[in-house]
Formats: sequence, C-alpha cells, structure tokens
Amino acid sequence: MEKSIVKKIEEIIPKERILKELSDRYSYSYDASFGEYLPDIVLQPASVEEISLLVKLANEYRIPVYPRGSGTSLSGGPLPVYGGMVFDLSQLKEKLVIDKENMIAVASAGIITSEIHKKAEEVGLFYPPDPSSSNVSTIGGNLLENSSGPKGLKYGTTKEYVIGLEVVTPLGEIIRTGGKTVKNVTGFDLTRLIVGSEGLLGIVTEVILRLIPKPQAKKTMLATFSKFIDSGNAVTNVLAAGILPAAMEFMDNACIRAVEHYKPSGLPVEADALVIFEIDGHPLAIEEEIEKCRVICNKNGATSVKIAANDKERDEIWAARKMVSPAITQLGPTKISEDATVPRSKIPEMMECLYAIRDKYNLTLVVFGHAGDGNLHPNIITDKRDIEEMKRVELAVSEIFESAIKLGGTLSGEHGIGILKAPYMELELGHSLELMKSIKQAWDPNNILNPGKMFPQPGQTKVVLT
Amino acid sequence: MSAPEIQRHNELFEKAFSKTNLCIQCGYCLPACPTYQSMGTETASPRGRINLVKMAAEGKIDVTKDMAGPIDLCLGCRACEIACPVNVPYGQILEAAKEIIQKEKPKKTKDHFVHLLLTKGFTNPKFLNLIGDATWLYQKSGLNKLVQKTNAINLVAKPLGFFEKILPPVQKPSKRTKRGEWYKTERECKGKVAFFVGCVTDAMMHETNNNTIKLLNTVGLDVFIPEKQKCCGALHAHQGLLSETKELAKENLDVFKTSGIDYIVNSAGGCGAMLHEYRELLHDEPEWQQKAEAFSKKSVDVSVLLVKYGPLPFKREWNGIITYQPSCHLSNVQGVTEEPRQLLRSIPGANFIEMKDSDSCCASGGIYNLIHYEESSKILASKMENVKNTEATTVVTSNPGCLLQMKHGADKFAKDYKIETSHLVDLLVKLID
Repeated sequence: MEKSIVKKIEEIIPKERILKELSDRYSYSYDASFGEYLPDIVLQPASVEEISLLVKLANEYRIPVYPRGSGTSLSGGPLPVYGGMVFDLSQLKEKLVIDKENMIAVASAGIITSEIHKKAEEVGLFYPPDPSSSNVSTIGGNLLENSSGPKGLKYGTTKEYVIGLEVVTPLGEIIRTGGKTVKNVTGFDLTRLIVGSEGLLGIVTEVILRLIPKPQAKKTMLATFSKFIDSGNAVTNVLAAGILPAAMEFMDNACIRAVEHYKPSGLPVEADALVIFEIDGHPLAIEEEIEKCRVICNKNGATSVKIAANDKERDEIWAARKMVSPAITQLGPTKISEDATVPRSKIPEMMECLYAIRDKYNLTLVVFGHAGDGNLHPNIITDKRDIEEMKRVELAVSEIFESAIKLGGTLSGEHGIGILKAPYMELELGHSLELMKSIKQAWDPNNILNPGKMFPQPGQTKVVLT
Repeated sequence: MSAPEIQRHNELFEKAFSKTNLCIQCGYCLPACPTYQSMGTETASPRGRINLVKMAAEGKIDVTKDMAGPIDLCLGCRACEIACPVNVPYGQILEAAKEIIQKEKPKKTKDHFVHLLLTKGFTNPKFLNLIGDATWLYQKSGLNKLVQKTNAINLVAKPLGFFEKILPPVQKPSKRTKRGEWYKTERECKGKVAFFVGCVTDAMMHETNNNTIKLLNTVGLDVFIPEKQKCCGALHAHQGLLSETKELAKENLDVFKTSGIDYIVNSAGGCGAMLHEYRELLHDEPEWQQKAEAFSKKSVDVSVLLVKYGPLPFKREWNGIITYQPSCHLSNVQGVTEEPRQLLRSIPGANFIEMKDSDSCCASGGIYNLIHYEESSKILASKMENVKNTEATTVVTSNPGCLLQMKHGADKFAKDYKIETSHLVDLLVKLID
C-alpha cells in the first residue's frame, strides 16, 4: 500500500492497530472456506468513529474494504478478493448490556455470540440462534451472514432477533436503524435489509437483539432408522402431532459409520439414518411430548429409540452429532461443507439427488443437517491437492445447488453466498438479482465494501475450486 | 529464492505441511489460546500460526523473517489441541517449525549461550548440581540479600531479577536425595516405581522431589531413582533442538528399564508431557519405537498414583481457600485434570474453589516468561485477577515452572493481597507429617 495512504491511516488509528507485516497479511488472507487472498493492510479499528473515517478514506482512494469478525465463514464472506484493507472487528467488544426489563441485548459487533447466550441465561433470558461456531464467531459476523444453527424450526433464525443496528454505511456515514422496540414500522426496514447482506451494505458496529424467556427444561431423544424414508416420516409426523421440537438433527449412514469408526459408542452402523430430537419448554409438557415422539418414531419403523434420563446421557446423545466433523475429516483433508436447503417435505427427494450425485462423480459425500427446517449439510470430503478429483467436486457442487433450487429450495440456509455460491445467484433469483445489484449500487456507488461477493462476475456460472 | 531457502522450505514442507493441511481453519482454537486472548491478532492464534507454517512450507513467506516471530510468541501450552474438533497435531507442527527456525537462525551470542546451556548444561546432572550448589551458596552467604537490595541484577536483566527473588531456598547439597538408590515404603508394598526427578527440579527445588518420594512411600510404593537419568528433553524440543531431544530420550529409555517397575513417576507436568510423548518423538525409528511406547505408557504424574493407591493419611487440617493452577502440559498433553483436584478436595478443612479460566496457561511456558517477559506479564496479570477473585489464600500448581510463575504473579500483581503458593506435593506433605 502506498506510503502516503498509510500515513493518512496512521492519523486515524494508532500504529499498533495497523498490521502491515507479511505474516499479518497472510494471517487475514483466509477464513473457514476456500480461497486465499492477500490484503494490502489489516486494521483493527476500535470505535465507530474510526471506522467511519477509514471508510471515507477508502472512498477517497477507491480502496476495497473487507470487514471481518472471527473468520469462521464457510462461504468466503470476509476474504479480501481484491486486496485492499481488512478491518478486523473481532476486537470491537467493549459493550454487552442485557436489558432484562425490555428483554433485549445491546452488543458491540465483536462480542462472541456464546457470550450473549451466557449473559442472557444468567438473568433467565434466551437468545436462540446458535450456529455451531457460536463459541468463536462474533455477533456482527453472525448477523451479516444470517447464520443460525439447529434451532431455526422452532425459534427462527438470526434475522428474527435483530431489531436495531448501528452501521457505518459504504460512504462512511454513521447511521442507526430500527431501535429498542419490538414493534417498529417507521420507514423502510433497513435492519432486515442489512442483516444477511454479507457486509455489502454496511459495517455493523453495534446490534440490538430481542431476547425471549429461557425455556425451563429440555428432553433429548435419539432414534435410529433402517430406512431413510422412515426417519422422514417420523419427523413429519412429530410436527403433525402438534409438537414443535427445538431441534431435529439428522445424520445419514455415512456419517453414522464415520462417527462409529472414529469413536465407537454403539451406534448402529447399518442404520440408514439417525435423528436427534430435542424438546424444550415446561417440565411437565416436555415429558408428555418426548413420550409422544417416542411412540411416533416406533410407529414409523425406528430400530432404536433412547430418551436421555439425565444430563450425562443427553451429552452422550449430542456427542454423536458433535463428532460428525472430526469423524468425517478422517476421510480426507479437504472438507467442502454445503448448506443447500429445501422445503422439509422435499428432504427425501433431495437425499436421493445427493446420493445420485455422489455416485455419478464417485465422491465421498456424507449428509447431516437440520431435518426440521430442511437445511441439509452435504459434505464432500476430498483432497484439494488432487486436481482431477477437485474438477469432479466442482461439477458435483453445481449439481447440488441446481437440485436444491429445482426442488423449491435455496442455495444457502445459513452459510451465506460469499464467493462460493455467487455464480448460482441468477439461477435462484432471476431478475430480482438485478434489483439487489441496484440497491448495492445506490448504497455503495464506489463499490468499496466487500466487493467480489454475492454477485457473479460477468459470464461466471460455475464455482471454481482449482 | 536462493538454494538454501528452497532447501529449508522443502524440509519444512516434509516435516509439517501435511499436518498443517489437516487444519480446517474453523477457528475453534481461538478462545482457548492465551496469546490470542492477550494480543488480539490472528497472527498470535493457533489457526494463524498453523497457516503461517503452511505458507512457509509452500515458500510464500520466509521462515526467519515472517514465520519465526509469531511461532516464537507461542507459549506451547497446547490448549488449542484440546479445543480442536479435528485433532490437528499442533504440538508436532510447532516443534517442526521451531526445528527449522533453529537451523536457519543466524547464530547470535545469546542463542549460542542458550544452546550451550541446553545441550551441555541440562544434560549433565553434575553441572546442574553445581548450579544448585552455587545457588545454595549464593543464598546462604547473604549475597542474595545484597543483590536484591541493590537491584544490581535488575540492571542486567529485569525479568531475571524478579525470578531471582522468588526462587525458593535451595537445600544444602548433603540433604539431597541420592540417585541409584531405593526408597522403600514402610507399609505393605503395593508396587514399585522409578522416579524421574527432572533436571531443574532436582537442582533447584529438591524439596519437592523429597516430598514426592515421601508421599509415594506413604501410599505403599517403593521408589527407585535411576542413577544416570537425563533431562527429559522438553526444553530442547521447545527450542527446536530435535535431534538432541531424541538423543536424551534414547538415553532415558536405556536408563529406565521398564521391566520390574510398575510406573515411571514424575512430579513436573512439563517433563511428564515430554515423557508421555516419547512414543510420538521416536515413532519413525523402528528400533526404539517399542521401548518408547512401553516407557510412555508407564509414565505417570504423581497425582495419579496418589489417587490410585491413596487415600493419604492426613494428620492436619488446612484452613482457608485453595485454588489450583494446573500445568498445561499435565492437562492438555497428559490429560490429567481430575486427580490433582480430587486430592485438593480431599484435604480436611480446606475449601477448594476453581478459579475462572483455570485451564488457561499462566504464561510460564518453559522459559517463555524470561524471553517474552512483557507478553507473559499481560497474561499473568489477568490470571492473578482470577486467583484473587476466588479469595484463595493458597494457590497450588503441578509443575515447577508454573509454581515460580505464580510466586512471581503473587509478588507483582497481588502484593496487597497475601497469597501462598505451593506445589501440590509440598502442600500434601505438610498435612501428613
């Protein structure tokens, strides 16, 4: 980066928060997805004012700005694809206030999401969105990617809980959207527009979240099925019986085998599918509901059903699900984790598509995910050094997206579009993609903020992983 | 790129690349890393360091210019390994990186001194005894008082000055335990153990070793101290001197005959971790592999045996709150977390309170606190806040390095707040006498 510009940056933030070394730049060149892009400089602004001044400077010199939380994105959200400046906002964590009376939380963007869970629970409140990265990821990153986790079915996703924001616009202005009231219909709902905007419309510096009362108790059950279709029927029938589980997590045969091989714990390796049901609510209600779930699973051909009697058994059940990631990475060093999502009723069809894709391209493909909201995680395990196989992966990934969209689903349930899914946006959105582009153009005329994401490059129709 | 550069990149590539490639960059290690918490940059995180090793192995960055700094700032506490969902062998990546750095580093006088100290000093019990004797003489002669009073040593090295103050009184040479001898239990013998005395502990904190023997005897174990045992090699490994580490390991494998003894016991979490890892260290040397496997399997922390063969016959009560700062290498590498706590909870009269983030490193990290004094101090300051918040009157540790660090912490950050520090075995011995 030009010395004169660095000098101007030094007038805005102190030197120790300006990272210029090659080692620093490489340390912010990646996230949890693919791709490696070297930024020119990494900055750690500590206030909204500093961010505002830096964005104004970026506009003046047309330097791309890439905001970043903890870098847990699986879609390349924070990657500096055109170099420029990376803003490391993970250190923007001064404020976390739980307002019990109004049942809201006000947090700086860099606050770790699990910290909000913890502080809210201390006063009997609950912030439901729970991405599996919640111990690491920042609330700012979570809401810009609209990541959510297993509780989407009952509690909705991140966007349902964000009611107000402090934002630096792409032109460097500081604005506030929404507020502290749950009801708010004044003007356009910019809050909703910014949530899930993947850092294209603004840099979030502070968030106001709605909290709900913490459920008093929970019950967890593990059911296994010899036929995949039976597990699907069980899930549907549980919902049809008027029960809304907090989570219905599903693993396919390949996942079960991988987990059992990784750490034997008595899972049936012959089972086609496994579903973990978790019910929360009033202690008396959940006793009755979990029992109903057991009956429904048995009626639908479950080969085994186990209700956790205590916390230890509950942890054991969840251990199976939590071990999926480490277990499947034993199958190969590169893990491509997708999150194609379909309407719940289409899960069996989608599974068939996925297995057909697996066989067609001869890949190691396993599936787990959130059965309740149709959010599947097909994971392809490969080795990115094997270029020939990666070519097949590219084709398989394309077909996964096409299948999801054909079944009335979406490219992403919770990981975001980033760079990996940009080529498929038109496939899902058609002309509304043009409208989205015009919004971006209006907000960010100089295309400063997180350029290279979400919108495909001209002529780009396929993901390129090699 | 010059020829030697390519060569060293290739060597790093061979030693570490496939291991760095196991990292899925999920970042789950970030909250577990004390240096990431204190420094707040990705470069100071496990994920960042693994990536830098990968970048260096690929030849994208320079080993000495770009990679060495961030690697050097790692405490090596290995808490990231526990947090990692895909079991990336961080310790092995770190050691490979250090080895390459060590090979390439321009030989400065200071480094040369450390190198000499490690290779010639710590491998030689006579040398260490000499240091121990000298320290004893120094303390006995009253010279230490003078040095402390004049702050003369601080002029040379401020951090060393702090540590000089907190070093416990060294026992006079004649009182030290003899090597090559059996210390038999007076009770019915339940087993035989060989005691790995540790070089620094043996020379400077000998009382702790005496107490370890006493406790093992008390629970019915015969204790033997093999005469020609060497340094475990941990300090060498941390400095990247891998071939020296292997040599030491092999000598120890020869000295500690595993037949006829039930356990190889130690009371220093750091040494114990190294002994525990001899099997990984020598896994590619077929003729040593089996021996190393047997050795590592029998190697165990004293607390494990005290719980297994206990309970201890306590004769006294301990009043006040006790909190525990575990050795990272005991918890994260050896996986011993429960036994020391169980022993502390069993002390009559005492109230054991877990401090917040007890499992995070105290920033002692071998000789980290000497080399990176300022960084270490930041981490120690927040550790001492957590200690104070328990209102403990005693903080117990399970490794000599951590003990010195806690003493230093109490001295520097908790002056107005009187707190005792003790190694676990030293505290236990006081209560059974």
